[in-house]
Amino acid sequence: MTSTIDFTKRNIRRTPIQAIAASMVMFLTFFALIVFILLAAGSEQALKFFESKPQVIAFFKEGTTDQDVSVIENALKAETRVTKTKYISKEDALEIYREKNKNDPTLLELVTANILPASLEISTQTPQDLGPIAQILEKEPVVSEVIVPEDVVKTLTSITTVIRVVGGAVVLFLMIFAMLVILMIIGFKIRLKRSEIEIMRLLGASSSFIRQPFILEGMFYGLSGGILSWVIVYILLWYFTPFLQGYLGEVNLLPVDPLFMLTLLIWVIIIASLVGGLGSLGAVRRYLKI
Amino acid sequence: MILFENVTKKFGSSQALDEVSFEIKQGEFVFIVGPSGAGKSTLLRILTREIIPSSGKVFVDKIDLMKMKDKEVPNLRRKVGVVFQDFKLLDDRTVFEQVALALEVRGKKNDEIEKGVEHILKLVEIWDKRNLFPKQLSGGEAQRTAIARAVVGKPDILLADEPTGDLDPKTAWAVLQLLNEINSWGTTIVMATHNQEIVNTLKRRVITIKKGKVSSDTKEGKYDLS
Repeated sequence: MTSTIDFTKRNIRRTPIQAIAASMVMFLTFFALIVFILLAAGSEQALKFFESKPQVIAFFKEGTTDQDVSVIENALKAETRVTKTKYISKEDALEIYREKNKNDPTLLELVTANILPASLEISTQTPQDLGPIAQILEKEPVVSEVIVPEDVVKTLTSITTVIRVVGGAVVLFLMIFAMLVILMIIGFKIRLKRSEIEIMRLLGASSSFIRQPFILEGMFYGLSGGILSWVIVYILLWYFTPFLQGYLGEVNLLPVDPLFMLTLLIWVIIIASLVGGLGSLGAVRRYLKI
Repeated sequence: MILFENVTKKFGSSQALDEVSFEIKQGEFVFIVGPSGAGKSTLLRILTREIIPSSGKVFVDKIDLMKMKDKEVPNLRRKVGVVFQDFKLLDDRTVFEQVALALEVRGKKNDEIEKGVEHILKLVEIWDKRNLFPKQLSGGEAQRTAIARAVVGKPDILLADEPTGDLDPKTAWAVLQLLNEINSWGTTIVMATHNQEIVNTLKRRVITIKKGKVSSDTKEGKYDLS
């Protein structure tokens, strides 16, 4: 085994340009794969978040009195589908707004309690209950707008599907492309080392002894590209986490769970070894007739 | 050790060997002589199973090469060392690495490889050239490297295909002395050659091949193609 690894190292060292090219192709492939996996996992999480919090928000018109709100609240409490109601007054809304924008004084200066509407947050038993409750609220004359996360869920579902389908197709294409590049590079190296292989055969090298370094070389390209892309994505994710958190609001996706990233790394290692190994195996089968 | 029984080899319509039979015992030093294209190299290549005879039987150490499975060929080649006229050295490896390769393919450990290579390079007197590449070697040094590589794994048989063909007479004699010494360890040597002087001086067994047939097989033979 030591000898096989030595041969592999020598093979890589003696053709550095091909080695860098192969690793870069693998890097790009796995960079795309990891990004699509993170996007898919992120949208999935966001979807779960919205599904786990079935909530309708009704915004009240200007001039709505506490009594109007109490009437609606009491009527809703009588509904078995409603689990909880929470009234957010104009002042509460201002408090929430201030908390969210505490780092931006310009935004705080322009807003007062008067321009923010009061609202009622209604939680239901299941996401299916949201529609009927929204219909009840829309009929109330003091309600100006009703927001149903059902729409958000629908949008997120379609986004997740698109990410899965498009991402899957792109990654599959890149994987086949990477495998072909590895096949081409290893095939080229086999041709380059024809006389060495011939001499090794005459010295009594077994087929596996000759083939293994080429297969390991392909796996090395896969692994180096895969691991490097994981490291880069993790660094980028870590760097942009504070910026992205502002966009995600209540959806608790960031910082990404280290355990999830570790699992992702293990999968990257397995898949990268497979892609590199299969590419070089193809080259060995095609170009190395022993 | 080596047994050829009515071996015939055809390449398309041309016949390289025609009903060749002979036996070589362990420890013998045998010259295979004959004009160019007589079938000498074909005979040697059959012994390493690079090519398979069209008919007949070939045994090496009682193993029937005709019935040998492909996966058993490496084991045969570890028993049969080969030296070529053009040395077949690898341009990008040092003398030490060339010789170490023969032990690496046998799966030897690093310390065994280092000891084995040092021992053989000292024996063939090129230890001081161990870090040089083939282009930095003279013809004699290159052939010594090739011989060291062929015998470092202690094969039972050493096949030498025109090993002195590209060397000046003085270097050729030095190489032959080395082969003689290897033979004295008990290694069977089969050497195909055109070098009349060497064959006549050494007075070893000579098998003469003409047009693919054994025309003579004499114990203390001479180079005679008439």
